[in-house]
Amino acid sequence: MKRHLVSTADLGRDDALLILDTAEELSQFSGRAVKKLPTLRGRTVVNLFFEDSTRTKTSFEVAEKRLSADVINFSAKGSSVSKGESLKDTALTLQAMGADAVVIRHHASGAPARLAGSDWLHGSVINAGDGTHEHPTQALLDAFTLRRHLNPGPGHDLAGRRVAIVGDVLHSRVARSNVHLLTTLGAEVVFVAPPTLLPIGIETWPCRVSYDLDSVLPEVDAVMMLRVQRERMNAAFFPTEREYSRRYGLDGTRLAKLPEHAVVMHPGPMVRGMEITAEVADSPRCTVVEQVANGVSVRMAVLYLLLGGAVFADGHADAPRTELQEAAQ
Amino acid sequence: MTTYLIRNAQILGGAPQDIHIVDGVFAAIGEDLDVQADIDIDAHGLVALPGLVDLHTHLREPGREDAETVLTGTRAAAMGGYTAVHAMANTFPVADSAGVVEQVWRLGRESGYCDVQPVGAVTVGLEGKQLAELGAMHDSAAGVRVFSDDGKCVDDAVIMRRALEYVKAFDGVIAQHAQEPRLTAGAQMNEGRVSGELGLGGWPAVAEESIIARDVLLAAHVGSRVHICHLSTAGSVEIVRWAKAKGWDVTAEVTPHHLLLTDELVRSYDPVYKVNPPLRTAADVEALRQALADGTIDAVATDHAPHPAEDKDCEWAAAAMGMVGLETALSVVQQTMVDTGLLNWEGVADRMSHRPARIGRLAGHGRPVSVGEPANLVLFDPAYRGVVNPDTFATRSRNSPYRGMDLPGRVHATFLRGEATVLAGELVER
Repeated sequence: MKRHLVSTADLGRDDALLILDTAEELSQFSGRAVKKLPTLRGRTVVNLFFEDSTRTKTSFEVAEKRLSADVINFSAKGSSVSKGESLKDTALTLQAMGADAVVIRHHASGAPARLAGSDWLHGSVINAGDGTHEHPTQALLDAFTLRRHLNPGPGHDLAGRRVAIVGDVLHSRVARSNVHLLTTLGAEVVFVAPPTLLPIGIETWPCRVSYDLDSVLPEVDAVMMLRVQRERMNAAFFPTEREYSRRYGLDGTRLAKLPEHAVVMHPGPMVRGMEITAEVADSPRCTVVEQVANGVSVRMAVLYLLLGGAVFADGHADAPRTELQEAAQ
Repeated sequence: MTTYLIRNAQILGGAPQDIHIVDGVFAAIGEDLDVQADIDIDAHGLVALPGLVDLHTHLREPGREDAETVLTGTRAAAMGGYTAVHAMANTFPVADSAGVVEQVWRLGRESGYCDVQPVGAVTVGLEGKQLAELGAMHDSAAGVRVFSDDGKCVDDAVIMRRALEYVKAFDGVIAQHAQEPRLTAGAQMNEGRVSGELGLGGWPAVAEESIIARDVLLAAHVGSRVHICHLSTAGSVEIVRWAKAKGWDVTAEVTPHHLLLTDELVRSYDPVYKVNPPLRTAADVEALRQALADGTIDAVATDHAPHPAEDKDCEWAAAAMGMVGLETALSVVQQTMVDTGLLNWEGVADRMSHRPARIGRLAGHGRPVSVGEPANLVLFDPAYRGVVNPDTFATRSRNSPYRGMDLPGRVHATFLRGEATVLAGELVER
């Protein structure tokens, strides 16, 4: 039984499908007038955010409240180096307050792994994005969205599907979490980026790599555009914003090269005019808004499975799951 | 002075012999010596080596006495079999003036556990801009001959050239921390497969190798000698090998941790493995071992870098770089070099005592274990097997990457000019 969600590399196929299936069930509640479930009543979930993130934090908060958890937002901006409390002391404080789960967003890669591996706190650790390492719930909501479009139905995976992930792979935690999860679910991942924005050693990753977006588009079932920060230009990762958009941006012309069934995804926030044009962002094939809604369901599923008493591995789903199924009737 | 009779010690791993120490020197060496001494030591099964010399130690005093002091650091050195250490210059204030190096030198004399040879900074404040008063530091009581901005690279080619030229006047050497700063901005670990997966900023091998290549060429050009600190990559080995083949006066050191550990350990995100230069790959480790065996790398140097607990008990990016190493160095060398058949004990004495003493121009150290020589000696038990527990270390800090590991060997006794600093594995209080 896994107690934490730190990396999608820790999720087996069964674990991943259990989360997606649970999220699918839970999503039914979001259409109701009363969206709340009593599952996590009396449990305390702390959102520990060392970095600004309105969307992820809000999404987790909505998920926690829909499951009736007691939610505490612990904003800890600023690092332990510059000023203030260390990660360890913060964790000890949360432990003393009786946190059952800590959702952590941190600018340092590995901070959630450090929390999960320490004896500083005993609750579940859920990684809400760490540095340039991972963002597991983002990958789960991406997989959830992909499955709905490409192979809907409980127990279904993404076998044989091909997903292009385009942009700043080097600095992207979304890309790292997705490459593990999507390949675990049977999909093929193609990274498309200028060579400067791909990490050294990527040839050992379970993916294909291309420098040419146009040649990849006709053969994929989905294309996921990553945000490219303008500041990267100053570190010579690419010459100009214009040149980046020209070579790696998704516009109407490129959209037309995709197969008809293929969708366009983006983890947000989008930089319109940089990696994606307004025309594409606002097109019906773009799933951005859908992804946000799915994020709540997926995060509910993760919290539910980690805290609700069910187990991940080969789930002998016990009492709370039955309760969920009854409630879903 | 106390006299000692050491029975049946295997000098450099050879046949058992007795060693008689009187008045700070080896008075007699031979089988079944018929002499009297104040203290008899049964050294059956123990290897006798000349007292070890460390070219690269951070004693932290003045300034960071919470991490280490000259006293605690030299006690750790004695426990590791060392009789001399070179104290690096990155203290607060920086050891860039005669006053500071003399202070460190005097603290070393007062400690009595091993000789402390201060290293002077190459540039004022380690800033890489203006040469420090290298001559004044040499002329001081500390008699500095090794200069280093360790922790920072002397990256300006002109400053490096001038430093190399200038220290020729007093047979000095520049010990370079080879790290191209622009290529390592934000670097957190070795750049390679693991850094890519972990999303940690990469420290590429080329950032070390490009500086070494430049500096061996500079040293050759101005006819000076250069020493490469903590060489860590297979490529660096090739460059040093090439420079030596040219006949240039280039020397290099490797740390124990780079002989044993790899960047795979970083997957734990445990900052105890965070060090500069970073842990590299298994292929690098293998190349470093071969280079130490064939003499391309001259010396093992600990880069003993103590840090208080709070500087490691945190997330990776916030943690300080460095590991303590004085008390485990000889054990790591036994495991990686002796037990693998790459080096015999004579070779260990050469790489951990003779050659480092020669590079540092320490007259009284790195001498042979023979009659009339200063009695700097370590008795080492290579048959010992134990689990490393840093909580028992003499150093003030606990940031050892070997915690919980099985390492062979243990220092039984250390002698500094005929006085025991360690006996029966325990420090001799003084």
